[in-house]
Amino acid sequence: MPEIFILIPGRTSRQGTALNEGKYTDNYKDEINTLKMNPADMSRLGIGEGDRVRMWNEHGEIVVPCQSGKDELPPGLLFISYGDQSSRLMPGETHGSGMPDSKGLDVQIEKVTA
Amino acid sequence: MSIAEQPQVETTQPLKIVEDATCTFCGCVCDDINLKVDGDQIVEAKNACVLGKAWFFNHHIEDRPEALIEGRPATYEEALDRAAEILLNAKYPVTYGLSDTTCEAQRVAVAITDWIGGCLDTTTSVCHGPSGMAFQGVGEVTCSLGEIKNRADYLIFWGGNPAESHPRHFTKYSLMPKSDLLPRGRKDRTAVLIDVRKTKSAKAADIHLQLKPRSDFELAWALRGLARGVEPDPSVEQKTGISVAQLKEVMDGMKRAKFGAILFGMGVTMTRGKHLNSEAVLALARDMNRHTRWVAKPMRGHGNVTGADNVVSWSTGYPFGVNLGRGYPRFNPGEFTTSDLLARGEADAALIVASDPYSNFSQPAREHLKRIPSVVLDPKLSSTAAIATVAFTTATYGINVPGTVYRMDDVPIPLRPAFDSPYRSDYDILKGIESRIRQRQLAGLAR
Repeated sequence: MPEIFILIPGRTSRQGTALNEGKYTDNYKDEINTLKMNPADMSRLGIGEGDRVRMWNEHGEIVVPCQSGKDELPPGLLFISYGDQSSRLMPGETHGSGMPDSKGLDVQIEKVTA
Repeated sequence: MSIAEQPQVETTQPLKIVEDATCTFCGCVCDDINLKVDGDQIVEAKNACVLGKAWFFNHHIEDRPEALIEGRPATYEEALDRAAEILLNAKYPVTYGLSDTTCEAQRVAVAITDWIGGCLDTTTSVCHGPSGMAFQGVGEVTCSLGEIKNRADYLIFWGGNPAESHPRHFTKYSLMPKSDLLPRGRKDRTAVLIDVRKTKSAKAADIHLQLKPRSDFELAWALRGLARGVEPDPSVEQKTGISVAQLKEVMDGMKRAKFGAILFGMGVTMTRGKHLNSEAVLALARDMNRHTRWVAKPMRGHGNVTGADNVVSWSTGYPFGVNLGRGYPRFNPGEFTTSDLLARGEADAALIVASDPYSNFSQPAREHLKRIPSVVLDPKLSSTAAIATVAFTTATYGINVPGTVYRMDDVPIPLRPAFDSPYRSDYDILKGIESRIRQRQLAGLAR
């Protein structure tokens, strides 16, 4: 049973600059498609730098390469730049607020071996 | 183009100089940018941050059709007719976006939505909408960024990463500036970061409270308790990851401050608790005024999202999530907000101004948006423009179009454009849609 992590989508400087270059540029696509993870979690799950991982919850599924978040992320926490990919894991339900749960999403994760 | 690669253009004519241009990329709306412009390319943006430079250097004129109808090139006149037809035929249309356009254009979008009896919503609903709800619950102890710059000796950045999202905030408005009251600048200030991640902003802070995810509400209420002299239950440490001793240390500093400011981001509004988190943070600032002067301000993202809140509020009485179908405004987040209207499959047409929900919304919302007719205004061919029934290519506000925007502290700032665009402004296109809608409505009444 894959363990549950908490995903924080957010803004980054590179996402902001690449956004202006265009959402179809490699720079932007690379930024919003890269998952950051605590290095101890990566080594425990046998995930190497740049390995592709499948990440999913009840709302959607994405496959993205994984990089070490170094000391930025505590164990159990994941980060991805906010964009097309992260939004695929967001619910449509907003609980009467207008705002879907967009940070702190429960996700499961496994290394793509194929 | 990478922002490191400043455009190298061989010039034969003198460069145009635009002094004190306004950057509309983020809510800081810095209005001290000096531009050098060569034709339709900005080649220098002095004072701009990394995001501002990317904004100014990448908005040259693209060779695109002025409009697309169902993916085929069309004239503005054809597209305006079709847009008016779509919006008039809809029974439950929604207007959305508006955070990256001028207040003048926002005002016309409100009028169109009123004429057609639709729902009116902005990107605020998926940004600081929860804070907008919280303002109505507990109010906002507020001030301008100028007051923070000149007076704030204790700063709490909560659920935000200004070092990356608002790069000049520290230097221009909050952490670094020297003033008569804070002559040593940074040395006269204490900065606390409250964030689940050790972000680049953590390096700039004196204290980092690295709380556990989804515990902002509990942390804010523990601080509220301390502000009122109530000892928090020790279980707060297990929930938040922050000890009572750490909380007391921060509270002592907060009470000693002469002027404190909580600047909170979407780590507060987008996570579990949402408007209740914002309410707790705003109420904490209010509580602190028993001891000394404190304010709380949301850190706003898009260049004129604050303008959208102001225009929609002064027009309808509410900041977002408004329905005008009964001839008077009704406010109900969760019912009249775009994410919900689309995800539940309720809206039957959409007018989207300068926003890209097809990239950023939940999957059910995107699928419904693709199914319904939509009218999209955008300078670039966004994913939302690519699936639109009618897509208008527009001039870029601030770079090609003059007008007014609101900084994140509700201060209106004028735009000083750099060069003309062959494309029309959002304002002109929306006025064209509005006049067609009114002509047809009045012709119908006359029959």
